[in-house]
Amino acid sequence: MKTFPMGGVHPQENKLSRAKAIEVLPLPEVVQIPLGQHIGAPATAKVAKGDKVLTGQLIAEATGFMSANIHSPISGTVQSVDMVENGQGLRQMMITIKREGDEWVETIDRSTELKRECTLEPAAIIAKIKDAGIVGMGGATFPTHVKLSIPPGKKAECLIINGVECEPYLTSDHRTMLELGEEMLVGVEILMKAIGVDKAIVGIENNKPDAIAHLTELAKKFKGVEIQPLKVMYPQGGEKQLIAAVTGRQVPPPPALPIDVGAVVCNASTTYAVYRAVQKNMPLIERVVTLTGKGVKEPKNLLTRMGTPIQTLIDAAGGLPEDAGKVINGGPMMGRAMINLASPVTKGCSGITIMSGQDAERKEAGQCMKCAKCVSACPMGLEPYLLSKLSKKRQWEAVEAEMITSCIECGCCQSTCPAYLPLLDWVRLGKQTVMGLIRARMAAQAPKK
Amino acid sequence: MANKLIVSPSPHVQSSQSTASIMRDVVIALIPALVVSVVVFGLNVLFVTALSVASCVLFEYLIQKFVVKGACTISNWSAVVTGVLLAFNLPATIPWWIVVIGAFVAIAVAKMTFGGLGKNPFNPALVGRVFLLIAYPVQMTSFPMVDNPGLDALSGATPLAAVKFGADVGQHPMTDLLLGNMPGSLGEVAAIALLVGFVYLLWRKVITWHIPVTVLGTMAVFAFVVALTRGGDAAQLWQFPLFHVLAGGAMLGAIFMATDYATSPMTTKGCVIFAVGIGLITMCIRLWGAYPEGMSFAILIMNACVPLINKYIKPKRFGVK
Repeated sequence: MKTFPMGGVHPQENKLSRAKAIEVLPLPEVVQIPLGQHIGAPATAKVAKGDKVLTGQLIAEATGFMSANIHSPISGTVQSVDMVENGQGLRQMMITIKREGDEWVETIDRSTELKRECTLEPAAIIAKIKDAGIVGMGGATFPTHVKLSIPPGKKAECLIINGVECEPYLTSDHRTMLELGEEMLVGVEILMKAIGVDKAIVGIENNKPDAIAHLTELAKKFKGVEIQPLKVMYPQGGEKQLIAAVTGRQVPPPPALPIDVGAVVCNASTTYAVYRAVQKNMPLIERVVTLTGKGVKEPKNLLTRMGTPIQTLIDAAGGLPEDAGKVINGGPMMGRAMINLASPVTKGCSGITIMSGQDAERKEAGQCMKCAKCVSACPMGLEPYLLSKLSKKRQWEAVEAEMITSCIECGCCQSTCPAYLPLLDWVRLGKQTVMGLIRARMAAQAPKK
Repeated sequence: MANKLIVSPSPHVQSSQSTASIMRDVVIALIPALVVSVVVFGLNVLFVTALSVASCVLFEYLIQKFVVKGACTISNWSAVVTGVLLAFNLPATIPWWIVVIGAFVAIAVAKMTFGGLGKNPFNPALVGRVFLLIAYPVQMTSFPMVDNPGLDALSGATPLAAVKFGADVGQHPMTDLLLGNMPGSLGEVAAIALLVGFVYLLWRKVITWHIPVTVLGTMAVFAFVVALTRGGDAAQLWQFPLFHVLAGGAMLGAIFMATDYATSPMTTKGCVIFAVGIGLITMCIRLWGAYPEGMSFAILIMNACVPLINKYIKPKRFGVK
């Protein structure tokens, strides 16, 4: 069975909520909407304190091309546009809205009826996706319209839909493919049209046989769409790993992009959001969030409005477990530990994983015994022990030569280390520093105006 | 808030293996060979092994406590592994004080001087063994006869030594080599018991197959070519390679000594180069050198090449042709 060419690990899957149907979370009373919840420039607020807004109304506009629109997920009154503490405890500009009723922007089609036909031109499709503020919902939050705008001189050959969901615990893409599969496949068709390809491959790991079977059956009605089962292996949901797994092509090191090997990758939930945006004029104001963890009473997949406090989701799943030691925005491999549970669900939040204190505590680090397990586990063919050691010694030139910028921060190295060394902590430091140095170098070389 | 939340960067998952669990697995993998050794050479085997382990652990404890003045490291089991491996490289009839000297050289000189676990360039147990071989050549090469276990007055030549001095490889039935029915160091004699340990280590994901298989494969191919050029009969062509793979310390070295984490390369490609080197040097010493066995020297010589291999042999990078 297909998978990516090197490295990878297989952590315990713990997909506790795999059989839980998507449940609609009641509308929140208050939402907080961060202006920067995507890669690129934060959006610019278009509302001020006291303004009345409707559900689906544009409240913050993309700042330039590499940015994304943001819409109100509820109807009500803007309470403030101010700095608020986010999940990591950092202060960030957010729009706070208090809910009044449930009134929608008129142009949005809220029916659940399937709308297959799409007669729009590629440019119009991309414009609609941009208007709807769609960004990568697998966690990377890269603006989707940027991905779909193929740069001149490059050509897309194949659309790849990321239904891998290799993070342990998370099941939001799984449930979306299972319950909203047909809508998602219409989204695939729309994306194929937008980038001008006649072939799309949906990559799904083999631990979701129900989704594979369901979509394979549905795909018979969609020309050029192929469902590709993949061997279960983390980090297969990484863009480069997925492209290699399904096409055999490896994206060269940065600054090369997937389009350089003719691939455009879009996450499964994002593809569903594209369907809704193009066919139903629905902006990205809600998403499926998996609320999970071993101590959680009822792990769930919750259809949640953006901006809903994480605490509301936790309460819906039976409250914070007694032994909770860590609340992670995302999954245990790449998610971010939170300190503020009042912080909101954002576009990139595919799940909240709650770990017990015992599981969450880092074990005491020992001494590297050169077991080379990190080297074997690295899906980018790097040597994490060496990158970590050189970063610790601040040897930036040496880490750059060892290709530290190729690191995708998947965490395979650290999760496989028997000495529990904080390898990725050091590699991140080295990578950030080297990227800063590269930017400074490019700025110095650039011709002066 | 009732719960105090822990905040740390991802990943939030840690390995189920630990340094101690890996080292313990190596000790477990050595038990079958120890059992065979007791059967072949008698209870003295247990005394030598226990003394070696106790000395290694004690030396590491004392050095860490009084010289390094750092945290106690003996709980990671690595000194136990060194102790068992050192014992496995000694004759069962070795005087007790030589065992203690060997343990001191292995732990104090070869391991702790360089900073302890993971930092030693040479395999500690092998440094101990080679030191003893040079310092006490008589005691180190007096192997008890299998038929008279425990009687150190009688000593027999190992199959490798016998062959070196002109005996025919055919004199040693392969079943004897497999089951340990021959004179030799304590832990090296039973190929089959060592192979059981090898399978256990593979199953527990402690080592990969690359180094052991490449070392033994290189030796077999080398022996086959030599047998060809010597123009022996057809039986020689398979007996000669098989003899070299089964006799002496080939199995013990290939499976347990060459695979030592700290002293082997970090990449699979590097490990293969390292293992080919060990196989070639071992055969050269065995066939044309002054010693009947060359495994220890071969591994130590290739240990010295590891930093160079790590510097020049890089893993295949993703996306780079």
